[in-house]
Amino acid sequence: MTMLKKIVSVAALAGLLAGLLLTAVQQIQVVPLILEAEVYEEASASAVQEDEAWQPANGWERTLFTAAANIALALGFALLLSAVVSLRGGKIDWRSGLLWGTAGYAVYFVAPSLDLPPEVPGTQAAQLGDRQIWWLMTTLLTAAGLALLIFARHWATKILGAILLGVPHLIGAPQPVIHHSAAPVELAKAFIFATAIANAVFWISLGGLTGFFYKKMA
Amino acid sequence: MSSMPKLAENVELQTRGHAWKDKLLPALFAATLGLMLLYTAGFAEIPVLHNAAHDGRHSAAFPCH
Repeated sequence: MTMLKKIVSVAALAGLLAGLLLTAVQQIQVVPLILEAEVYEEASASAVQEDEAWQPANGWERTLFTAAANIALALGFALLLSAVVSLRGGKIDWRSGLLWGTAGYAVYFVAPSLDLPPEVPGTQAAQLGDRQIWWLMTTLLTAAGLALLIFARHWATKILGAILLGVPHLIGAPQPVIHHSAAPVELAKAFIFATAIANAVFWISLGGLTGFFYKKMA
Repeated sequence: MSSMPKLAENVELQTRGHAWKDKLLPALFAATLGLMLLYTAGFAEIPVLHNAAHDGRHSAAFPCH
């Protein structure tokens, strides 16, 4: 099997399964909080009007599109993960896959959330483009920092890795002029907790499945 | 005498060429495909895409709205 075929096959299987698992976990504990927050958002007079474009109707249609988005994101992350695993080389199985998944969770959820916590709809935030740039920079520096910290042989390079991990948080994420949320604080806190669990389940399963299928297709 | 180092050099160049073709290129291609998927589902500001992927973006803690 060519390397490209292997990477894509592993990513397709692991991404699809982890995306479906994420959808199930999310429907139980994340989506109900989003729907609750939207009630506050609509009731709030200061709420920014949503665009008039098409949107899926609440119910099965919305769930279906959310599942599709989850699977697309999962396939995207799975392709990145399999590509990095193939570059790193060496032995991999579901156990070492769990470690790769944990690293993915740290890079794509924990690090950005330290400064830009997961938000329910109806929360004031800084300019979208600025936050997206900070998010991208944070994930790149965290990935590079972790790689140096874990794989570098020389202690000085390891220290450089640790510094890279800290840089995005020293710069800090763009913040709104006034922090305001239509939803109560308890709901916002519950959302952070719920997404932390859902994303942990997703990344750990994605990592384990990637390791498992990667070994199987050797 | 001078052909030996040249041969070694050729072998090294070929090995490097293989590493590029067999390892680096597939990984780059797969990663680019992955980034395109992530951009479309997670970042693109086209309203229809945003609305369809809305709950997934909030759940993944991507900057949304």
